Parts: sequence; structure tokens; C-alpha cells
Amino acid sequence: MLSATSIAARVRSGEFDPQDVTEEAIARLQERDLEVHAYLDPDIERARQLADRVAETLRRGDDPGRLAGVPISLKDNMAVHGATLTAGSKILEGYRAPYDSFVAQRLIAEGAVLLGRTNLDEFAMGASTENSAYGPTRNPWDTDRVPGGSSGGSAAAVAAGIVPVALGSETGGSIRQPAALCGITGFKPTFGSVSRRGLVAFGSSLDVIGPLAAHAQDAALVYDVIAGHDPADATTWTGTRPSATTEKADLEGLRIGIPEEFLDEAVDSRVLESVSTAIKTLEEGGAITKVIPKGALPSMHHSIPVYYLVACSEASSNLARFDGMHFGPTSESKDTLDLLARYCATRADLFGPEVRRRIALGTFALSAGYADAWYKKSLSVRRLILNEFTALFGDYDLLAGPTSPFGAFKIGERSQDAYSMYLCDLLTAPACLAGLPSVSVPCGLARKGTYKGLPVGLSLTGPAGQDHRVLAAARAFEAIRGTPERSPIHGDDA
Amino acid sequence: MTADMRWRSVIGLEVHVQLSTASKMFCRCEARFGAPPNTLICPVCTSQPGTLPTLNGEALRLGVLAGLALGCTIDPSTKFDRKNYFYPDLPKGYQISQFDRPLCRDGHFKFSTEEGEPREVNIVRAHLEEDSGKIIHPEGVNFSLVDLNRAGTPLLEIVSGPDLHSPDEAMAYLQELRRTLRYAGVADCDMEKGGFRCDANISIMPVDSDTLGTRTETKNLNSFRFVAGALQAEIERQAAVLESGGTVIQETMAYDPDTGKTSVLRSKEDAHDYRYFPEPDLPEFRVDPAWVAELSAGLPELPRARQTRYAVDLGLNKRDADTLVAEKELGDYFEATLELTKKPKETANWLLTELLRLSNDRKLPIHELNTTPARLAELVNLVASGGVSIQAGRLLATAMEEQPGQSAEQLAQSMDLVQLSDDGALRQIVEQVIESESSVVERYRSGNVGLLNALLGSVMKASRGKANPKAARQLLLDTLDS
Ligand SMILES: [Zn+2]
Repeated sequence: MLSATSIAARVRSGEFDPQDVTEEAIARLQERDLEVHAYLDPDIERARQLADRVAETLRRGDDPGRLAGVPISLKDNMAVHGATLTAGSKILEGYRAPYDSFVAQRLIAEGAVLLGRTNLDEFAMGASTENSAYGPTRNPWDTDRVPGGSSGGSAAAVAAGIVPVALGSETGGSIRQPAALCGITGFKPTFGSVSRRGLVAFGSSLDVIGPLAAHAQDAALVYDVIAGHDPADATTWTGTRPSATTEKADLEGLRIGIPEEFLDEAVDSRVLESVSTAIKTLEEGGAITKVIPKGALPSMHHSIPVYYLVACSEASSNLARFDGMHFGPTSESKDTLDLLARYCATRADLFGPEVRRRIALGTFALSAGYADAWYKKSLSVRRLILNEFTALFGDYDLLAGPTSPFGAFKIGERSQDAYSMYLCDLLTAPACLAGLPSVSVPCGLARKGTYKGLPVGLSLTGPAGQDHRVLAAARAFEAIRGTPERSPIHGDDA
Repeated sequence: MTADMRWRSVIGLEVHVQLSTASKMFCRCEARFGAPPNTLICPVCTSQPGTLPTLNGEALRLGVLAGLALGCTIDPSTKFDRKNYFYPDLPKGYQISQFDRPLCRDGHFKFSTEEGEPREVNIVRAHLEEDSGKIIHPEGVNFSLVDLNRAGTPLLEIVSGPDLHSPDEAMAYLQELRRTLRYAGVADCDMEKGGFRCDANISIMPVDSDTLGTRTETKNLNSFRFVAGALQAEIERQAAVLESGGTVIQETMAYDPDTGKTSVLRSKEDAHDYRYFPEPDLPEFRVDPAWVAELSAGLPELPRARQTRYAVDLGLNKRDADTLVAEKELGDYFEATLELTKKPKETANWLLTELLRLSNDRKLPIHELNTTPARLAELVNLVASGGVSIQAGRLLATAMEEQPGQSAEQLAQSMDLVQLSDDGALRQIVEQVIESESSVVERYRSGNVGLLNALLGSVMKASRGKANPKAARQLLLDTLDS
């Protein structure tokens, strides 16, 4: 499949007809999604309408924008006016968003053709997309395996070659980890650089929307479109933001540190092998790499508990609105006029077990008598982690390491053990807690072992606000390494 | 012996005031009372998934102004927190409020009791928060309805210290608070529309003790009458409990205005754990001290200061000063008129009698009358200069309201109300009276000086009331004594 960048260029030049491009994407979706189940709602009608609009704009002689005719899929936790918005949950089954998310507005304004909404772990809580109330998504590299999560649907849609780019959201690793497991590029922007308006909230102080793309250049292009100040999201920042698309993709002289903490013993040895090769590639590009001895990020080993405490505390509050009173379905399992019983029935019946677990955890962490030991303590440690990163960026432009401790695991392999699933965030949660921009780029397939033949992701993390530099490094890395390997389902289509 | 004599009550009040913003606190929906249910709503205030709050700067400004009017400290930065609880009128499942860093804190607020005794209350804190929706319970059906028009309307919660010691004192505090907030232009405090709601913390202790008793909280007192009734009822209930050897339990009470009694709403065990935590959707924000200083400088004169000035500097009696200050519009009208008359007492008199009469008769607020401060000043000045008598002035007031095109003097002329003050015409009448009342003049001259009033009456009568009594009196004296 062509990159978003070249599709847009050819649609704008008149070489491609946006309606043809869209029909081809629809055909790919209808064929390939039978195998991967990346989509909760293909919403083909909307894609056709948007393609018609782009065609109409071209007929008028106007420029449809930087994403002219590019099919883009959204994770189903981003509002598109009039479209279903389930967040992967039964509690929003049939609900339609009464307004557009900021990112949907931006994409449409640049001529993108929104094609469907993708599967996710319920309320983005998970790392395998197995927690979706609508069935798991399968990894296009091996359909017995998970695509990662929670943006697993978006990652699988791109890896299967249905769309060149999709949006995901990340709270603890939900963009980068599935990108790594599916062999594509996933970028988590600096917290506050992309508006969260219209993103169903999970952990509000952590949630970020970002692109998953087959090519680093496309991730940069889509980031440029969706980033920016939004008066309706008070946490977006207002400063100037250099373009990630035009930033020079050059590794020459870049100081890249590899903290030993990123090379945790939990990391699979074959994953480490691929990452080591990738680091050599960075050096070939002129980067000065150095392994930073253990001790530079002393608080990092608290990342998993701190992340789950912060995210779940916020989630326990964010998900309180799903009470069956104002929107969405109501459980009819208890025929009672008692208010509490109705709340309990709806929330017990329509939230999945992982969501209930996290609400319970967060509620506990915020409770009187426990908040000081859990919630407040976790905020202090979060601050320490941020400070430790900030100190490292005095000496390094970027930090590198594996994105995920392991490759795509089998469906069902970790779903019965919450903690082993939580370990998926081991290497991604720290940058989320610190709000840093971080990209996962595909760095080849594991040569041997448990994950033989499956993709491995290299993570590059930069200082807050340096999103353009992080993406430029990803582009440079891809330029040296060459076009990433494609999944069997994607195949060799052009 | 009544409860009041054996027990000393300790009262602290939490007042929720609706700020006078055009739009809601975290969305741009209109903030208005009385619209059809669920017509002033949007994705944000109905808490649709993915929506985010954005702070209405006007709510912040009014909150700061209120804090300044209450003598509070305004810290240079503040933040919002979430207060989590489930209720159908709270669509997010949490209320955005302020927990540990209120916008305003540590205020000192002065008021006077009904008897004029000065008192001071500590304002522990005043913080911003959003209002909930309203639940409607239709009769005869097994469901309730929710109206979210009010959801997200800005409130300021003002928490007093436990510094009030009787229902009367509490009422006087509330009246002064209401008046002050109206003066500051931050709130209408319209109880009918739910714009001023009160929760009361009450405990009692023996008059000779200094150990505080256990307090209860009485919720949702939505009129001044209910506050007084509820405080009295709760004090009596607690006194009865203690006098029968029982103990007061810390619980939340409700007041039933029909029975005039308080009853338990929920016990301490059922108290909510609100799980407060910082609102992650709204970053901490700066409250620029320079801006606060600017707002402070722009704060209008507050009612207590104005009242003192009227009584002390302008020499008005207490009752008139009270009345003029009760409503800001009245005081402002007075100020504008006084500017043109420089005669405080006369201006106050005319305003409080004739203008209020006109306002009553016509059922119009004073600022909608044809009689503007400038026109009232014309009348006050005309009477004061002797141009018309006080009686004529009253007639003139009505005429001026009815014929806004005519000046006071034009109307006095056309209504033949101009007083005779000049020598010529008045002297003629005085001389006629002295001539025709010769026997009275005789007795006056022989020492019965009290008869001067009889002669003056004859002059007034002969002039058909148009003689200026002061001038006529002087002229009589001059003529008789010559
Ligand atoms: Zn609204």
C-alpha cells in the first residue's frame, strides 16, 4: 500500500481519484478484516461521503488539504459526530457521539477520509485488545496472537495494509506497544500537544492521541495535522510547534542514551538482540550512542504501580458518568426502583471485568484513609520519574530501548493473569508518567525464540515538546533501515 | 426558662451563591433560570463521553470580587478538584469543586445585629464549584425526571466560622452577606430562583461552659424564613436531647417547614467519601495579584461603609440610612440626586417618600420611573429654594412623573403652585390681613405673641396656600413690629 504522504500528493495533483482510493481501502477492509477483526464499525457510508467531498473540492479547483483522500481509521474511543462510539464497551453499545472530536475535525479539514472505527480494549484498558467487549483483534503477523493494545485495532488495520495510518490513544503504552507488536510506527506525542476533546477519558493526566502508521513519514504528517492548541482542552499547550514533517531527518551527532533500566531482565533476549542491531543502525546514521549505567532512572522500577494507581484513580472518576441514567443502555437484570441497585446492576453487568477491577483499584486508592498512602504517594513518585528524565535530557537528545519487553503473545496467554498483562507497560509507562514524546519504530523481526519471525519495536524518547525531533529521528532510522517488513496479510500490494 | 437561656448555640453557615454569569462555568451554555427543561444544555454539561471543561473567566472574576468583598485573601494560584459521588442530577458522577486550595480564604466580615450591635464573622473559605441539575418528581408516576439546565451553573460556596450564636445573629449575617454580594455585583442572591442556599452547622453548649458540643448539619435551607425556623428547631431539638440525658449525634438533618421540625437525613456512618483529587482536565491556574488589586480598586462602596457614611458624614437618621442602603439601586439613585442637590436630608426625605410612593403606585422599579435623579433633584432644589411649598412639591412630584417633558418649574407655573415669596404680592396680602384682623393685631401687640400663628394662618388662607410660610412670617413680624 502506498504511504499517506504519496496518496495525498497524488490526489492533490489529480493523478488519483479520491473515490477510487477509498473504494480500494473499503475492499481491503472487507476482505482482510474477516481475518483480523480490527474494526468495530467500518462505517463505509461515512468514508464514501467524505471521499465525495474531497472529489467535489477538487472539482471546484480547491485544495482538499494535506491528507487529501487518505483513508484513516480512528480507534473507537474518539468521537465522530453521529457515529457510534463504544470505547469497546457494552455500556456504550448503540451510543452515537453528539459532536466531533478535535482530531476528527482536524483530519476532515485536511481532506482525510475517515474509514471506520477500530477495536480496542474496553475503555483502552489493556495491552492485547482481548478486553474488548466485542471480541479480540488478531495480529496480522499471526492471527493466533494478539496485536497488543489497547490500540490493537488501529495497529492491526495498518499492519494488515487496510489503511496507511490510523489514530490510537495511549495512557501507559497503548500506541507504541501495539505498534511494536504489529511491526509499524506508533507515536505518542507530548502530553498536551494533541487535544483530548472527544477522546473517551481513561487517565486524563496521561491520555494522548497519536498516529500509528506503516511509514514514519506518515506518522509525522498526521501528527502535524492533529497537534495544536485547542481552547476546548485546557491542558493543550499554546507555544510554537515546529513541523515534524519538514524537520531534517538526520541522526548525525545526535546523542542517544540507552538507560540500563530499559534493558530489564524481563525483556526477552531475542527482542534485545533486535534492539541492539537497531542501535548499531542509529550509529551508522551518525548518532553517538551510549549505554547509561543503572542508576540514572532509579525511580523507574516504580513505574508500573505508579502508573496503575494514577490511571485507575482518574479512571474511577472518569467512568462514573457511565451510570445508565443519561446515555447508553441500562441493565434490565434488576427490575427495581432502588437507585443504588440500578446503578450497581448497570455497572456490574455492562462493564467488563478488567474495567471493574481498575475502577475498584482507583476507588480504593482515592478513599479516605488510603489516598495518602496510595494516590498521593504515587503522584510524588511520578514527579521523581519526571525529574530523573529531565536530568538525563541534559546529556542526551534521545533515549533508546525496546518498546515492549516481548513480542506478540498468544491470545489467552496473559489474559488470565492481570499482573503479567500489566508488565506489557514496563517500558512504555515511564514516558507516559513523564508526559514525554516517544515513538516506536519497527526494527526487524526476532530471529529465534518465542517470538521468532515477529516484529520488534525500537523506542526513541525525547524531551517534552521535542516531538518533531523524535519523529525526525524515526524518519531517519527508517530511511537507513529501509521499508519495514510487511505482515503476511498485508502482502506485497502496492 | 427557654432553651436560649440555658444553652449557648454555636452556628456556622455554608452558603451557596449562584454567580451572575451569562454562561455556565465550564461550557458556554446560557446560565438562566426558568427555561423549559433541558433546553440550556450541550455535550459538556450533559457529560457526554470525551467532553472537557473549560473555565469561564467571568466566574473566576466574580469569585475574586466576592472574596474581596468578604475581606478574604486571594492566593496567586489555585486549582480545581473533583468531588466524586453518584446522583442522577450529577451527570459526570463528580462535581468540579475546590478542595484544599479555595479561591478565597481567611476573610473577616462585619455585620450588625437587628439591635445595631456590631459583630464579626470569620470567612473560613469561599470556593468555586459547579451546580448540579434538578430532579423533578412528577405526582402519581413511578419515575423521576432530570433537568440539566442548572447543571454547570457557577456557584460560590462561602463557609463561615462557627461564630454565630443565635438564629437572629445568623439571619443578620445572611442579610448582610446577601446585600454585600449584590452590591459587589457578583450575585443576585435570589432565593426564589435557588440563587442563595444555605446549610447550617449547629451545636449547643451550656452557657457556663466553653466546651463545644457535637454539631449537626442541617441541609438545603432555601429561604431566610426556613433558615430561622430550622436553626431554632434544631437548637431546641438538641436542647431537648441533652436535657433528657441523651447525647447529640453528629448527623445530617433536614428541616421540614410544614412541621417546623428537623429530622435525620443520614447518619455519620452513611457520610459520603467524596474521594477528592485534583481535576486533571484543568491545570492549576494563576490569579495575578495585579489583576486582583485592580478588581479590589474597582469594587464599589459596600453597604456597611455606605450606611456609616450616610449616618455619620451626611447626618441621616439610622432608619433612613438603613432604607437607602438596603438596595444598591436606591443608594445609587440617592447618590446621583445628592450630587445635584448637595442636600442630604431633603434628598433622602423626598426619595424615601415621594419617589418610593411613585414606584409603588406604578409598580415600577425606581430606575424605570420617568423621575430620574436629575428630575428629582429639580424638585428638591425648587422646594428648598422656597419656589414651591412642601405640600405643592408633593403634587408636583406626581405631575413630573406623568409629564416627563415638563420641567419642575414649568409645571409649578402651569399648576399655579409657585409660592409667594417676593415682597410685592406677599406684602400686599400681609397688609390686608393686618387691616382686616385688627382686633387680633391689637391683642398680639399687647403681648399675646402666640397669636402670630393665627395671623400667619390668615395670610396662608388669603394667599390660597401659595404664600411661602417662612417669608410670610418674617414679613408679618417686620410689619407688626414697625
Ligand atoms: Zn453546556
